Amino acid sequence: MRRITKYTQGLAFVLLWVTALITIGFLLLIVFFILKEGLPSVNWEFLTAYPRRMGREGGIFPTIIASLYLTLASLVIATPIGIGAAIYLTEYTREGAGTKIIRFATEILAGVPSIIFGLFGFAFLVTFLKLGFSILSGAITLALMLLPTIIRTAEEAIKSVPNSYREGSLALGATKWVTIAKVVIPAALPGIVTGIILGVGRAIGETAAVWLTVGGALRLPISIMDSARPMTLHLYTLAAEGLSLPRAYATASILIICIWIINTVANLLMARFSLKLRA
Amino acid sequence: MTNQERTNRKERNIRGLLFGIASVAVTGVVLIILFVFKEGWPVLFKYGPVALFTGKVWQPMTADYGMLPLIVGSTYVTLIALVIGVPLGVGCAVFLAEIASETIGKMIRPAINLLAGIPSVVYGFFGLVLLVPFLRMTVGGLGFSLLAGGIILAIMILPTIISVSEDAIRATPREYKEASLALGANHWQTIYKVLIPAARSGIMAAVVLGMGRAIGETMAVIMITGNTPLIPKSLFEPGATLTGTIGQEWAYASGEHAGALFTVGILLFGLIMIINSIALFLFGKKVES
Repeated sequence: MRRITKYTQGLAFVLLWVTALITIGFLLLIVFFILKEGLPSVNWEFLTAYPRRMGREGGIFPTIIASLYLTLASLVIATPIGIGAAIYLTEYTREGAGTKIIRFATEILAGVPSIIFGLFGFAFLVTFLKLGFSILSGAITLALMLLPTIIRTAEEAIKSVPNSYREGSLALGATKWVTIAKVVIPAALPGIVTGIILGVGRAIGETAAVWLTVGGALRLPISIMDSARPMTLHLYTLAAEGLSLPRAYATASILIICIWIINTVANLLMARFSLKLRA
Repeated sequence: MTNQERTNRKERNIRGLLFGIASVAVTGVVLIILFVFKEGWPVLFKYGPVALFTGKVWQPMTADYGMLPLIVGSTYVTLIALVIGVPLGVGCAVFLAEIASETIGKMIRPAINLLAGIPSVVYGFFGLVLLVPFLRMTVGGLGFSLLAGGIILAIMILPTIISVSEDAIRATPREYKEASLALGANHWQTIYKVLIPAARSGIMAAVVLGMGRAIGETMAVIMITGNTPLIPKSLFEPGATLTGTIGQEWAYASGEHAGALFTVGILLFGLIMIINSIALFLFGKKVES
């Protein structure tokens, strides 16, 4: 009997190891397969040249700029709103009906599929407000999508600032706002920045919502009212319309590398942040 | 006005400003609901929800907006994703929470974060260049199929299932485990007779969240399911999902057709709201117990 239970345990643990290995296997398969096919085509020319013949030839320069432009614009909108909301939720109110509604709304925003954000952006920003297919429409839509992540991480970061910091500042005669601006926020900054970096990753990777709001014009966006095509959407077009498989692999490689760098930076920041607060 | 009064007024203004900022999320949700319903309402009202949601023909050219093929397609890919993703994800979560050493955990968790961060369009592309040809060679047919969509979705929902389940397992009280081990149960018996039942609500929440993610996913599904809005006879056939149909058709849809896509959006939004409410309820249960 004893031996049987021992064997059962051994078998179960082997199976659990296998589930973990399969999960990692999926990641390695995706990353290596795409990088192996894509990296050879990534070179300086590919990054800095304009696409020719709808992307069949040439590089992806305008799409890189479009991705950066969109990401930057969405963060310019989402960061102050996200941090402000987090400050309000943590420092200015007790938990009650008001905070419950705000939190519930944040939960909903976090769960809404990106295609619904796209439909909303298309109906409200592009059509109703007549912003057209533009970086601005895309950035506002993206900002709404990033808001839950930024609010949540900023809240966590602000909550983890020891109360003694606030008490010290208040005891010195600083007002509540001065305490928040000069003491709490600087102490919570690494955590807040982590949330923003995670937002960068999400903004660079987003496709559906951006497609319905930015359009997809394959030219260099200059004004914030220009339509554009970020890397994700370019990858979709290249692959779905069969324009150029090597360029699709290369674009996918660049996206994976971007996400990998962003995740690594976020991990390092988080590790240092928890160390700093513990010290 | 004294200095004190001026400071007080400034503090009050800041408070009001922050309240306004915090309300942006609420405004956003209200606007999303308002505009998706405003655009989708006319079609919903004209044909009626019963005819739309049970109609078997989706053919915008002839003003047939039966959404059953899309509902069936979304249900199939989601079920496939769960059948593959849940055992793998929960298994991996148990592994991370109970078996893996700290070093191995530190190696696996960043990998799972990377899996979570890879853009959906890259998953779709991977499915298109590897999984679709693979299915075409092995099971025949086009390769573009609900099965292909479900498999890729399974990988995409793994990070959600793993991280939420792992948290739930780790949140079970230490005493449960200690008591079970003290009674002579071995580690595995403790895991499946004590820890998993105790973490049940949290694991269920993980599954429900994964389900929401699968139903809502668009790009990967568009690229590999074939976008054929017919009720599929088998999983190896192409199909279309709610999200995929919106993504595939919005660019050229106009008039009533465009309205119908927003009606699909209303249906999708309703489903997601129900699913997320269940997940929140399960989270609440977890906290209570």
